[in-house]
Amino acid sequence: MAVTSLKEYIGVARDRVENYGGKQIVYLSWDHHLLFAAPLMLCLPPATPFGEVLRGPLAALLQADPDASALDWSKVEWLKDNRPFAPDFSRSLADNGIGHKDQLRFRTPGLNSLQAVA
Amino acid sequence: MSTVFIALQANEETRPIIDAIEIDNPQAVVNRQPAMVKIDAPGRLVVRRETIEEQLGRAYDLQELQINLITLSGNVDEDEDTLTLSWNE
Amino acid sequence: MDMKATKKKLGMKERYRVLTRDLGWEPGYQSKEAIFPYVRYEGIKVHDWDKWEDPFRLTMDAYWKYQAEKERKFYAIIDAHAQNNGHLNLTDARYLSALKIFLQAISPGEYAAHKGFARIGREFPGVGTQVACQMQAIDEIRHAQTQIHAMSNYNRYYDGFHAFADARDRIWYTSVARSFFDDAMSAGPFEFMIAIGFSFEYVLTNLLFVPFMSGAAYNGDMATVTFGFSAQSDEARHMTLGLECIKFMLEQDPDNLPIVQGWIDKWFWRGFRVLGLVSTMMDYMLPKRVMSWREAWEIYGVENGGALFRDLARYGIRPPKGWDDAEQAIDHMSHQFMLGLYQWSFGTAFHSWIPSDDDMAWLSAKYPDTFDRHYRPRWAHIKKLKAAGTPFKNYGLARLCQCCQLPCVFTEPGDPTLTCHRETVYKGEKYQFCSDGCKDIFEHEPEKYIQAWLPMPALFSELGGDVAAWMDWVNLRDGADNGDYDGSRDQKHFDEWRGLATSNL
Repeated sequence: MAVTSLKEYIGVARDRVENYGGKQIVYLSWDHHLLFAAPLMLCLPPATPFGEVLRGPLAALLQADPDASALDWSKVEWLKDNRPFAPDFSRSLADNGIGHKDQLRFRTPGLNSLQAVA
Repeated sequence: MSTVFIALQANEETRPIIDAIEIDNPQAVVNRQPAMVKIDAPGRLVVRRETIEEQLGRAYDLQELQINLITLSGNVDEDEDTLTLSWNE
Repeated sequence: MDMKATKKKLGMKERYRVLTRDLGWEPGYQSKEAIFPYVRYEGIKVHDWDKWEDPFRLTMDAYWKYQAEKERKFYAIIDAHAQNNGHLNLTDARYLSALKIFLQAISPGEYAAHKGFARIGREFPGVGTQVACQMQAIDEIRHAQTQIHAMSNYNRYYDGFHAFADARDRIWYTSVARSFFDDAMSAGPFEFMIAIGFSFEYVLTNLLFVPFMSGAAYNGDMATVTFGFSAQSDEARHMTLGLECIKFMLEQDPDNLPIVQGWIDKWFWRGFRVLGLVSTMMDYMLPKRVMSWREAWEIYGVENGGALFRDLARYGIRPPKGWDDAEQAIDHMSHQFMLGLYQWSFGTAFHSWIPSDDDMAWLSAKYPDTFDRHYRPRWAHIKKLKAAGTPFKNYGLARLCQCCQLPCVFTEPGDPTLTCHRETVYKGEKYQFCSDGCKDIFEHEPEKYIQAWLPMPALFSELGGDVAAWMDWVNLRDGADNGDYDGSRDQKHFDEWRGLATSNL
């Protein structure tokens, strides 16, 4: 809906991708692993291969979780836009269709040391 | 029935006021907490100038309550003689 | 013999009429529309401004008299606090984290409310309303000043107080309160009144001030008890103004109902989010606790809010849309916030800590359905990491909600094991939210919220992700203001000075 106003009201989006010097924001979240209090934010070049994100910055951040060492990326279930998603690890974020400020979720059924899952 | 309440700072000035509120509102419940007294009453609570004056031993302007008031709940109506809190149900 | 004429004293109602209505006049050379250009565009219809009346019937002369009395009382105690080593009478210096958050996020909000009420006091045509808004504008600036003054004494001794103005402008968590007030101030006068006067002051302010001041009293903080009660004595008037204004709008025209209901839905949720950190203060930050957040919610949310909305039902008003989601969140939110604050404590200008075994026993007694099942295992693991010499720091900066700007720490309604994920696309841009409530607010006025300055993304867009540069910019002294309370300078100083105060060695 339009903002109720005296004259036409147009906003300027603050977080557009061109403000990030050639990089983009990607959010990652491990379902049922709430040791990490909120989804994690990474700022990466769109040309970064997906597998490199997992092995590099994401792996470093996940270290603190007791399930991190048992994580088998080949068995992980992915969601993007809250729908099932099948990323190609060898291709880039851009080639996988992962856009600026997209939220990726991953699931590891059976792997949940800190959180009893109903 | 919904509860109305008034909370006052716990100090020398409010002691006789709280006594007066208890006299005028026998159904009220007085909760004494650190630094604060919260008085709950079902549906309605009346603060009367005359009763406060009797307890205080001097003339009293009901607006003086503003100084020691912490919070209240309910629709407010105030004139020279009474301050009333109530819910319409 | 001359009879001395007894001048009849005016009754309260008569005096109120004389000192409000009689101060107004009919404009001669300008139209009312030109003088009050902002009262129609929001769609609220008012037929008779004189129907609005302050039930306290407070006039300016009486206002100044009572406010002066409050100030005298306030400064007498502040002086005594400074003269008697008040900073050492605290139960524990951990308590100060709650004060630091208050100073960085809430006191600037008082100043913002001052600006807002000064503005709408000018924009509303009714004289009674103008007078009440003017009083509230003066109250709010008094609150900001007395709070800053009262807490300045702690700045002489403890970290985290020295740069509250920079923190207010720049640090990440304060953007929650800042965006709340910016949102209200960029709305029209009627929406501002529902936002601050009604939803914040009437529905939620008791949850902030009453437990906060009782907490201060329990924890030996005389300075805060004093500014708190001094400010709170004005709040009863503010709450009453908010309630009278909403009743006035609803009585003036039936067309106002859907507009007012929409604002109540929006501003209840925004207020609930902005006050969420109070839950953490009550459940975790007070060394000596007053009551749990759940218990405070029962009194001031369920009981008092319930009574209010049963009262307003006669106008067709129903409880705010997010009420049930709020109720569900009550048993989780303090734990979700504190776990977040601990893992991001490298970026906060206050300390956090791992709750002790005693603290956890209290939490599990107060939250029997949630703490042991969901939150104790996480704290136990965090404790283990610390014992192993690898304390948990989460450098994966948090996804913030586009609307409330909090980190998305909240879980799905009905499933506390899963983060709540909500997103939308507007004009080709993706936006993320913490909840249905915040997503609904965005979708109602997207042009407003796409402009949000979100501090986490800004760390990358403006500072290239350089955390040290960011600390300089927000005036956060690494190793002093931030991090775990255990091992902090605040802890060391408090223990030393308290030792000096109670022994001769």
